[in-house]
Amino acid sequence: MITDKVLMKGNEAFAEAAIRGGARLYFGYPITPQSEVPEYMSRELPKHGGCFVQAESELGAINMAYGAGSAGGTVFISSSSPGIALMQEGMSFLCSAEVPLLAMNVSRGGPGIGGIQPGQADYYQVTRGGGNGDYKIPVFAPASIQEAVDLLYEGTDMAQYWRNPIMILADGMIGQMMEPVRLPEFKPVLAPNEIAGKRDWACTGYADRGGDQNRRVVKSLRMQPEKLEEHVEKLFKKYAQMETELARYESENLKGAEIVFVAFGTTARICREACEILASQGIKAGLIRPISLWPFPEKAFDEIDFSTTKAVISAELSMGQMITDVKLALNGRLPVFLAHRTGGMVPTSPEVAQRAKAVLEGLK
Amino acid sequence: MSTYKMFFAGSGGQGVLLMGQMIAQAAMLEGKEATFLPSYGPEMRGGTANCTVVVSDKPVSCPLIYEADIAVVMNLPSMDKFEPMVKPGGWMFYNESIIDRKPNRDDIKAVAVDLAARSAKLGNDKVANMVMLGEVVRGTQVVQPETIFKVFEEKFTGKKAALIPLNKQAFLGE
Repeated sequence: MITDKVLMKGNEAFAEAAIRGGARLYFGYPITPQSEVPEYMSRELPKHGGCFVQAESELGAINMAYGAGSAGGTVFISSSSPGIALMQEGMSFLCSAEVPLLAMNVSRGGPGIGGIQPGQADYYQVTRGGGNGDYKIPVFAPASIQEAVDLLYEGTDMAQYWRNPIMILADGMIGQMMEPVRLPEFKPVLAPNEIAGKRDWACTGYADRGGDQNRRVVKSLRMQPEKLEEHVEKLFKKYAQMETELARYESENLKGAEIVFVAFGTTARICREACEILASQGIKAGLIRPISLWPFPEKAFDEIDFSTTKAVISAELSMGQMITDVKLALNGRLPVFLAHRTGGMVPTSPEVAQRAKAVLEGLK
Repeated sequence: MSTYKMFFAGSGGQGVLLMGQMIAQAAMLEGKEATFLPSYGPEMRGGTANCTVVVSDKPVSCPLIYEADIAVVMNLPSMDKFEPMVKPGGWMFYNESIIDRKPNRDDIKAVAVDLAARSAKLGNDKVANMVMLGEVVRGTQVVQPETIFKVFEEKFTGKKAALIPLNKQAFLGE
């Protein structure tokens, strides 16, 4: 039998997807559970005329990304939770200076250096931002390797279109597992003089601009408060547009459901199986799977069948962070409960199903 | 066939991850859905290693499993851990060369494989995992043996292609 799929480890597929999406610059520092990304990039990126740099630290990596992105490069970086934490200052600078970047967090258990098993306790970090000031970063959370590949492939252009960092959040399990994946075609890569033309804000140097002598400035410092306020308000017009255009989700079995899970990434897959277990016991359970975490897909919650659903469960690999957004989206329409493990522990589907039954029992 | 959930467990260096990967890859070549999830951590040769593989006709909802249709255990700690997780009527293949106890369960199909003797007969103890893989695939039909040979051809290229006959021999139990 012929298949156009290949069996790939998540981390390697992520790196390949970024290359096929046009990323030619990668800066990183090894950290489990995503070290196969820099390993793959160090081996494969030079074959495509790209450049891999192992930075001295994640601080170095994010600032190299800032510089290379300012110059019009198509940049991809990746790390895991504590490494992404180190990059937060840079994220704030990139947002302020409107520098595109495709970033990936293959997250693990925290806080602190934590552990290396899968975690989702970076939800606040990636959706609220760990850097200073008013800024937003769109965050997408794939639940399979294929979805991660598709998001990364799209992400290179998305970052350029919005002139903003785009974050892909995959937990360590999606990074470490293998699944069949269909890889997309290589996108054409811009030549230096094309970059100067198409990215008409980028500091490419005069030589590539065919005689255009206008200065291009990429900066995040604005000393006059009037100018800074004006700049931030301009950024927020962009973020408002992102909120209407980038919210994504999937919903399953909401019609007639007694209980609805809300879960992303690996946890969504566990909840999908928990729904099957509950169905076999005569309990109809539905699932809302946010694909974008910011903007949070609030619309999905209007699809809930309020005539049958008694409660909503936010299922997370954390002590409960997304649950804040679930409550905001529901705005008191239904009681919200948490099903969780943390620190790198992952619940089984029967555990999650049991939690749902206990919640329904408690409401009687 | 609907869904097969599998554990492969042993010590680092016994080739348990490769067995799991090959089944996942063969399943993919047969047009099925598959996931392969290795345990990961500060692992080393001689430490413990295990992976879960799910093969299905429909998209795999969860790569994590808590019960198995098939468990393949290469040493005693692995059998102690995974034997209780085999579904009634399921399979357990165990390496009887180094596991000095019998299975505790009588509601599963337990298959003892003397990997040390079998691979010694082939003159290469590195193919022990392929001997086991052959038992698993031929016993359970989770994938077709011919598809595993296609996987050999994809995995063993260049100089390694010379190893294909030996691996086939090990796989076929000849």
